Amino acid sequence: MKDSILNILIKNSPIILFLTTWEVAGKVANTPLLPSFSQVIVEFFNLLQSGVIVENLSHSFLRVVIGYLIGGLLGIVVGIFMGINRTIELSLRPLISMLLPIPTLGWLPLMMLWIGINEALPIVLIFICAFFPVAYATLLGIKEIPQDYINSAKALGASNSYILFRIILPLASPSIFTGLRLESGMVWKTVLAAEMFAIPTGIGAMMINAESLIRVDVIMVALIILALMSFGFEKTIYALEKAATGKWR
Amino acid sequence: MGYIKLENISTDFCLKDIKLSISNGEFVVVLGHSGAGKSTLLNILAGFTKHSGNLYLNGELINNVATQKRGIGYLHQGIHLFPNLSVYENIAFALKAKKVDKHNVAKEVQKITQMLQISHLLGRYPKNLSGGEKQRVGIARSIITKPKVLLLDEPLSSLDETTANDIRKELKALSDTLKLTVIYVTHNKLDAKVLADKIVYINKGEIYKIANKYEDYQ
Repeated sequence: MKDSILNILIKNSPIILFLTTWEVAGKVANTPLLPSFSQVIVEFFNLLQSGVIVENLSHSFLRVVIGYLIGGLLGIVVGIFMGINRTIELSLRPLISMLLPIPTLGWLPLMMLWIGINEALPIVLIFICAFFPVAYATLLGIKEIPQDYINSAKALGASNSYILFRIILPLASPSIFTGLRLESGMVWKTVLAAEMFAIPTGIGAMMINAESLIRVDVIMVALIILALMSFGFEKTIYALEKAATGKWR
Repeated sequence: MGYIKLENISTDFCLKDIKLSISNGEFVVVLGHSGAGKSTLLNILAGFTKHSGNLYLNGELINNVATQKRGIGYLHQGIHLFPNLSVYENIAFALKAKKVDKHNVAKEVQKITQMLQISHLLGRYPKNLSGGEKQRVGIARSIITKPKVLLLDEPLSSLDETTANDIRKELKALSDTLKLTVIYVTHNKLDAKVLADKIVYINKGEIYKIANKYEDYQ
């Protein structure tokens, strides 16, 4: 028991050290520009009680979920088509390879002009953020499947659609999940930036309003929420991956 | 006319003008060094490799018949059990793909796994099987649909001697019991000696010699 407590302390020592340093620095500095950890936690519960967090988080959450789901699912579908059809791959791959490295926020000015400043803007940005990497990860996942698995399935008399759903998709799923997991944090960064620059609601907007009021404690609350949501999303995708592939990997 | 007939079969880089006739129920061992064209021959029979010349199965020209419709069983060199499926699902794969009802699938799986003494493995995944167990599961998966022809690509090459001997005997017994036409590719002369009704020796993409038993081959 003693060992396990010691192990827990050692494992979490960087976090404990970070929070302790933050707390001490905040107390010593005694300035609104550097609130202590305990002050930030108190403010977190104040904002939670007043409903500010729930209201803003629900806006951000909805945007992220809609954009991520549509972008991720369409990315998987396009990736599958590229993976199983050489002509589609040859025609789409250069385009996707070209657009993939563009940072999502690079699309912001263009999308502001095309879509305007409304609810669709952050959703489209999150869609772009999720779509290209997931499509690429799906394509790579399918390409990495040894041809002998496909040939074995054909020799066993399976139709192409049966092979797709029973062999190709399950075997490509680790790569697809990696793509989804990598983007699960990125979509939160994207929604934050979109809300800070263009949309008056959400966690990003809460941050930018706090900045104008020099409320560093509120900014820090928003950052903590962002970190927790990114972490939660990543863990959720990881749990789904475990459920889908854990038995056989 | 043979049950399987290869007429002037050639490929761009490997096989040259292969002529071969195989009778129904015959166990043919194709011998040859690495790169001789043995696996390419199996891939042609399975419909995976483009070729010139004509290929007949039971009198029917099958040059343009899709792999799925040739009625063959094929066990690749690396076995390639589907890692995402349990042993039961691997063996049942072909029957489920053909939409056989669940009850009959279970019955057939039980029959074949009892024959190969692998019933205790049904709940496992391929990652938890030994080399010999994988081989037996692979064989069960290939013959569960009672294929017209069974193609085996170096099936014993990665096994230790004892396991290879056991599986060799089981293969011979299975082919006799099920009256399978088997084309068995190997570089191991012992396989030819124990198993073959006919030995085909391929060298540099050409048939060098055909013998009806090992003594003739020597």
